[in-house]
Amino acid sequence: MMKQQETVKNLSAYERSVHLHGRVWGAMALTLMLMVPIAVCVYFDAWPPLTAVFKALLGVAPLYWTVGIIEVFTFVPMLGTGGSYLGFVTGNLTNLKVPAALNAMQAAKVRAGTEEGDVISTIAIASSSIITTLIIALGVFLLGSIQPLLESPALKPAFDNILPAMFGALGVVFISKNPKIAVAPLLFMVVLFLAVPSLSSSVSVLVPVGALIAIGVARILYKKGMLNGKEGA
Amino acid sequence: MEFSVNHPFLYWIAGLVVVFVIAQSAFFLYKAIRQAKKLNIDAGVIRKTVFSSALFSIAPAVSILVGVITLSKFLGLPLPWLRLSVLGAVTYELPAATMAASTMNATVNETIISAQTFSVIVWVMTVGILSGLLLVLFGLKKIQGGMSSLTGKDKRWGQILSDSLFLGMISAFVGLLFANVRSGLPGFVPIVVALVSALLMAICGILIKKLKWTWLEQYAMPICMLGAMALSIPITGLMQ
Repeated sequence: MMKQQETVKNLSAYERSVHLHGRVWGAMALTLMLMVPIAVCVYFDAWPPLTAVFKALLGVAPLYWTVGIIEVFTFVPMLGTGGSYLGFVTGNLTNLKVPAALNAMQAAKVRAGTEEGDVISTIAIASSSIITTLIIALGVFLLGSIQPLLESPALKPAFDNILPAMFGALGVVFISKNPKIAVAPLLFMVVLFLAVPSLSSSVSVLVPVGALIAIGVARILYKKGMLNGKEGA
Repeated sequence: MEFSVNHPFLYWIAGLVVVFVIAQSAFFLYKAIRQAKKLNIDAGVIRKTVFSSALFSIAPAVSILVGVITLSKFLGLPLPWLRLSVLGAVTYELPAATMAASTMNATVNETIISAQTFSVIVWVMTVGILSGLLLVLFGLKKIQGGMSSLTGKDKRWGQILSDSLFLGMISAFVGLLFANVRSGLPGFVPIVVALVSALLMAICGILIKKLKWTWLEQYAMPICMLGAMALSIPITGLMQ
């Protein structure tokens, strides 16, 4: 039943239409995002000194443009076509959209890289984007009444521990399904973070490193016929 | 026009972008649901995917809102609201804004009062993160074609490859849990919270398998996440 995605030439009608609509919406999003600084400059008559913009971009862009490119190659196979077009406009990928998509595909028992996986991932990312955008908008308008609660010291540990709470549950599901592949990247990452704790601010860059280690180990085990269990099933 | 970081014009711009993001999400949601029905995916699975993903997103969304509040102290509310509703995350927006402010001799400790400084910040926050969107916009088809050729016709290897990508991501975040263990007992809090979350997931797994609580399959993840977050409060209290 599941259709493995073939080459670009063999795209289904749905995939072709997602590419078309994804590009149209993406182009509109890009235009809109670039219109924001232009509108600010025009409305307030405050054009920035170009040297200041370039100087600041020199400090930011080399890292974040690289991270952005790495994220595309790492997350596209997980998110699928529709999920990628949407996720790379709505953002918050590592801390929300990608885990939401993985969780949805796991619960619906569909695989990334299939058309079923693609639609479930898109449904998850779209639902997540709508609820996230609405909560932030609601929060902005109700800020006066909710700010003391959100910034209360009692709730701080809960917000500090979102990622452990998310990746603990997600981790046990995926690691228990693929223990042989999981051991090497897990050990590598644990040792790396123990040795260089300051890397915690660059975790996005380490995702593809972990992926490459996992792929390398999986390829070796697969070639040796050691992945005949439920891995990848 | 007199400038203020909370000028109504900025709220209008932010509102416009937010409406766009919701419209795009709704369009893709509609399109994917229609295709899911064509693929004979059960309507219950579709409905549960929507609700489960929404539930799963509540806590991270509130955390993003906390990020908006943090940034609002020097950028006002509309710009962080806008920026954190589109491509980006607080981990990017704060350093980008700090870097931009510093080139104009401003600091992030006080509210921006100069329109020109503000415009530098808006440009840098916008342009400094565009690579992902540009690459997806102009190269997604080719990238997917290239990735398909990596697996070729070996369907099983394709499945193992996608699982390996998931594990790469999960291993990076599991490793991250160990980053602060050198600071003593409080540094172990994230590890304990992750273990609690994993334990809750194991309990959900038992309930699903033994008691046939199949409805729980879609909601296990948000329940475990919110449960572990709630338990992180007493855990932190005990370990500090």
